[in-house]
Amino acid sequence: MPTVKDQKPKRKKRPEINPLLDKKVLTGSEVMIRSLIEEDVDFIFGYPGGVVIPVFDKIYNVSRPKLVLCRHEQGAQHMADGYARASGRPGVCLVTSGPAATNLVTGIATSYMDSIPVVHFTGQVATTAIGNDAFQEVDIIGITRPITKHSYLVRNVEDLAATIKEAFYIATTGRPGPVLIDMPKDVLLSECEFEYPEEADMPGYKPTRHGHVQQIKKAAEAMAGARRPVFYVGGGAVLSDCSQELTKIARKAKIPVTTTLLGLGAFPENDPLSLGMLGMHGTWYSNMAVNEADLVIAVGSRYDDRVTGKVDAFAAKAGHIHIDVDPASISKNIKVDYPIVGDCRSVLQKMLPMVKKSDTAEWLKLIGHWKESHPLKYDDDGTVIKPQYVIEKIHEVCGDDTVVVSDVGQHQMWTALHYNFVKPRTHITSGGLGTMGFGFPAAIGAALSGPKGKVVAIVGDGGFQMTCQEVATAVSQRLEVIVCILNNGFLGMVRQWQELFFGKRYSHTCLEYTNPDFVKLVEAYGAKGLRVTKREDVVPTLREAAGTRNMPVFIDFRTYRHENVFPMIPPGKMATDIIE
Amino acid sequence: MRHTISLLVENKFGVLARISNLFSGKGYNLDSICVGETETPELSRMTIMTSGDDMVIEQIIKQLNRLINVIKVTDLTFDEHVNRELALIKLSCTASMRNSIIQIVEIFQAKIVDISPRTLTIEVTGGHKKVEACINMLQPFGIREIARTGTTALKREYSGSSPDWSAARASA
Ligand SMILES: Cc1ncc(C[n+]2csc(CCOP(=O)(O)OP(=O)(O)O)c2C)c(N)n1
Repeated sequence: MPTVKDQKPKRKKRPEINPLLDKKVLTGSEVMIRSLIEEDVDFIFGYPGGVVIPVFDKIYNVSRPKLVLCRHEQGAQHMADGYARASGRPGVCLVTSGPAATNLVTGIATSYMDSIPVVHFTGQVATTAIGNDAFQEVDIIGITRPITKHSYLVRNVEDLAATIKEAFYIATTGRPGPVLIDMPKDVLLSECEFEYPEEADMPGYKPTRHGHVQQIKKAAEAMAGARRPVFYVGGGAVLSDCSQELTKIARKAKIPVTTTLLGLGAFPENDPLSLGMLGMHGTWYSNMAVNEADLVIAVGSRYDDRVTGKVDAFAAKAGHIHIDVDPASISKNIKVDYPIVGDCRSVLQKMLPMVKKSDTAEWLKLIGHWKESHPLKYDDDGTVIKPQYVIEKIHEVCGDDTVVVSDVGQHQMWTALHYNFVKPRTHITSGGLGTMGFGFPAAIGAALSGPKGKVVAIVGDGGFQMTCQEVATAVSQRLEVIVCILNNGFLGMVRQWQELFFGKRYSHTCLEYTNPDFVKLVEAYGAKGLRVTKREDVVPTLREAAGTRNMPVFIDFRTYRHENVFPMIPPGKMATDIIE
Repeated sequence: MRHTISLLVENKFGVLARISNLFSGKGYNLDSICVGETETPELSRMTIMTSGDDMVIEQIIKQLNRLINVIKVTDLTFDEHVNRELALIKLSCTASMRNSIIQIVEIFQAKIVDISPRTLTIEVTGGHKKVEACINMLQPFGIREIARTGTTALKREYSGSSPDWSAARASA
């Protein structure tokens, strides 16, 4: 049944090969670049150094893939990650050995936790020197083993092309994830005949794509019989691009939908069936719906502790259907009644014709009542700039197609709660690892992937300073990203925990007196910097930023400093312990 | 509960590290691991002895299956299977003690593989419990050193009621 598009993105047309690379015998460096051309890679995010100088030398002549020079390897990794999240195509990263390779580690772990396809190329000392503590030698394969889907040390140049083929296949299929290829210096310099394999065939890697029809049928029957069903949708739904199918099924069966942080956008939040985000900082009604549900239909989600809180108490009255491409995600934390292993999109496509309208009128009435009695809200007396207000205005000014990339902290949760995402792949954030410093470089990657709409990064004053050297990258690429710094002069999220759980002892969370002047900072790089201290300037300044061409704009929003993120289920507690 | 898990893996760089990393990283028990080449030189068989409740064992099997170089994972615990472990046991042994030790060696169908005026080295093979019992019986004589292989295992091929089965059992 040819229903599902291949997970591998379709190739437009055979890319042109630079004449300098169009020969039979190539060096390892040339093999690498030719292979990337075969994979239709348009950008490499990288940084040069010792052992990869030969590769950089070859890239010098090539217009595609284009090398984007970052200012720190962590930045390059987050850019490749953001590129992949926004476009669905694999991101590519190239750095040298030793410290450059270790600088990737935080980023690789970020991609691994959120199942993002990124292929990393690291230089390595010559095969003869490996193990001798040579200059800039580090066992990057060993260091990254727990945070990659797979990795390769290439010992012979003859293996390089096939390894790259496998790496892209592994990164983009099944449950996607980061792959690393370590390339010793002598491999990059020696020569071989170039031949790019048509297919990657690995005896131990055969991801299941199509769910078991009988299981899907049983699940559809359970859905029809449920009185209080709820969809619980995670990042896997976004990765498999199943929004259309999901939306059709939810509307046909009249089943409400809640999403995780990474699932935002998979179901339009302006639909009456949407409950918004669930979990620690989820809406009151989504957490209550899951708590009272008799059937939870998990799609590409993984029962993460930020979602479940106390696991035994999570959806305790419900049966569970779990659709996921990774069998290991199913019944990991909670015993599932209807496990379905397969690509979410393929499974939902098969399920769609089997779905009947469930008898959920009572249930939806109850939820409607909850939405009225416990709405998502924040106090706003109109005198200060509330961060939630800024986020609502960003949506108003920039529109539904805008890709919003958040960093980690309070602003991330406010973005998730108050932005109202309606399209898939318009919300990007580091969910699983919660990596501060991710947002801004990921936005650069997202912008380079050529999305339909604008790209806006929403970051905190703390997290922005972790990777702000990439302003130089954004300027050099003349990217029109808008970076909204929600500047509260605090490591806000930590300050909130200190306020609530540590007797208001604000130990080392106040940044106000040592923060740089962000406007001057970005101006020093040649970017445009704007500051907003009055509420009435929020919208005009956003408009100005949206109208600025050929350069990034950074807006320093001085937001109300003591705002907290609510609702909140304290860690390890259950839905009914929610603080509003 | 103790489980015997058999793996068929590609004979590639770092495979053993990936598997042991998985166990240490996720906090699974790893009682023993035994690796060797198979009939096909590109493939190795690993036998892993581990323990945990049903949900943990299910996760272990799924996580092993996720590894790219792992081709097949079989939980042999509830299948009829042959499993063997080998131990080399070096005892302090003077001439006067030899006879009593030889008696024990015979009972366990073990072998004496090295002898010196003061020591005796015994090789015993069998299931985990048999090897354990043999070591316990030898303990009083003064064990100097022990080297054990860990368990290796293969599924039995009879199907229960087939007529050949008693013959197969007898020679096993
Ligand atoms: C790399 C890293 N270090 C530390 C943390 C812990 N942490 C989580 S949120 C947070 C505060 C973030 O402050 P800021 O960037 O100003 O954003 P805000 O919460 O104020 O919106 C910290 C320190 C983290 N998530 N990542």
